[in-house]
Amino acid sequence: MAEKYIARSKAIAARLVGGEMMVMSAADSTFFTLNEVASAIWQAADGRTPLAEIVAGKVCQEFEVDPEQAQRGADRFVDELSQHGILLVSDQPLIDSSPSPEHP
Amino acid sequence: MSLLAEMNQKALNLGLPISVHFDITYRCNERCVHCYLDHDDHGEMTTAEILDVLEQMADAGVFFLSLSGGEVLMRQDFFEIVERARQLLFNVKVKTNGVMIREKEATRLRQLGIEQVQISVYSHRPEVHDAITKLPGSLKRTIQAIRFLKAQGLKVVLANVLMVGNFSDQQGVIELAKELGVSYTLDPTITPKMDGDRSILALRIPGTDLKQIFNNQELVGNVEEFCAPPPPPGEDIMDGFPCSAGHTACYISPYGDVFPCVQFPLPSGNVRLQKFLDIWRDSPQLKEVRSIHARDLPTCSTCAHVGTCTRCPGLAYMEGNMRGPSTADCEKSFQRTGIPSANMLRQNRAAYAGPLIQIQALANSTPDHVF
Repeated sequence: MAEKYIARSKAIAARLVGGEMMVMSAADSTFFTLNEVASAIWQAADGRTPLAEIVAGKVCQEFEVDPEQAQRGADRFVDELSQHGILLVSDQPLIDSSPSPEHP
Repeated sequence: MSLLAEMNQKALNLGLPISVHFDITYRCNERCVHCYLDHDDHGEMTTAEILDVLEQMADAGVFFLSLSGGEVLMRQDFFEIVERARQLLFNVKVKTNGVMIREKEATRLRQLGIEQVQISVYSHRPEVHDAITKLPGSLKRTIQAIRFLKAQGLKVVLANVLMVGNFSDQQGVIELAKELGVSYTLDPTITPKMDGDRSILALRIPGTDLKQIFNNQELVGNVEEFCAPPPPPGEDIMDGFPCSAGHTACYISPYGDVFPCVQFPLPSGNVRLQKFLDIWRDSPQLKEVRSIHARDLPTCSTCAHVGTCTRCPGLAYMEGNMRGPSTADCEKSFQRTGIPSANMLRQNRAAYAGPLIQIQALANSTPDHVF
């Protein structure tokens, strides 16, 4: 299976509030709140680290989740956010797209 | 409860300043008759100071950032400020008169991914709009700006401040907004000038005009529901707060002064002297504002409208007491429902408590006033 790379879109606003990430799309004003697991994936979405590596390194280790279950959840999360243009997804590294926000 | 309302509640519980209205300049290219600002530059913050405040606000948890003025584009570093704000992932709303926005500026705003541009329009007729802004040709340029912004796919809100000079053009502005494909919002609030001058309050529309607004289905939706008598307030209302000012929101002036809200001129600190977060957490003034619950309001807590009134503590403060009524909001509640506020009833009682007849002694010749 091809690797999946994810990067945060530049057309969003985001802030960590009490452990949950608030994300709003500038394009359609869709508003999301991400729980701690989703926030961890979001913050690791640098366009260079494969999703599988993020799940193994961040989600499974920090939240003690079964790897298969974590990967399924991550795939669903990535699909949903990418549909709203909030996450960019590619089978190649997305180095130029990674905005590396300083204050999520 | 919507996600957004949940996040606001969370911010309230955590004591986070989730929204900041930041006036980056008071300078302006218009001289609107109802404006409360002094447009002279008395020492605005520098670019470096503003960029530093943006970082401090991001660290403090601010998410919604309104950049306003004055006219924001009077600052030559405006786009540098917006660019930094977006790098810090603020949800940015820009308030402007649009006069200085051409295709290039609209393109840049779209590239920076701002949420919304709010533009003031007072009338669909140039002779009325331009008479209010005192800038000939301003309506034409403002409408051109809206078209440039729309062409970029940006969300534009047309803000219509209503006053005696433009009330009759309200429907024309609504039609203009429809034609331009933008949202419309109206505001009948005229506030005293920052120096305390209350003369511009004469521009406020009379109560009968407010009533007309409140009965306009296009503006309020279900008129019967909107104008319904207020239900008896529950404990949650009496324990609640009047608005977000000082609780989850605050205002910063171009000089770095921090206030609970743009309409609440209670000086609470200055970011040139203290860190933003220190002011937010420790300002005695903000703490006082936060300490006020509906049940603590001497007049309003007894009012039938206490749970539904738009009472502005800032306007009340400008009337002399932040715990007192805001008479402009009393008028709104009355015109909306037909039920006088506790403050109105009290004032009527005070009027009746005076002598009904004044009699002067005959020796002083004929009485001047007999009521």
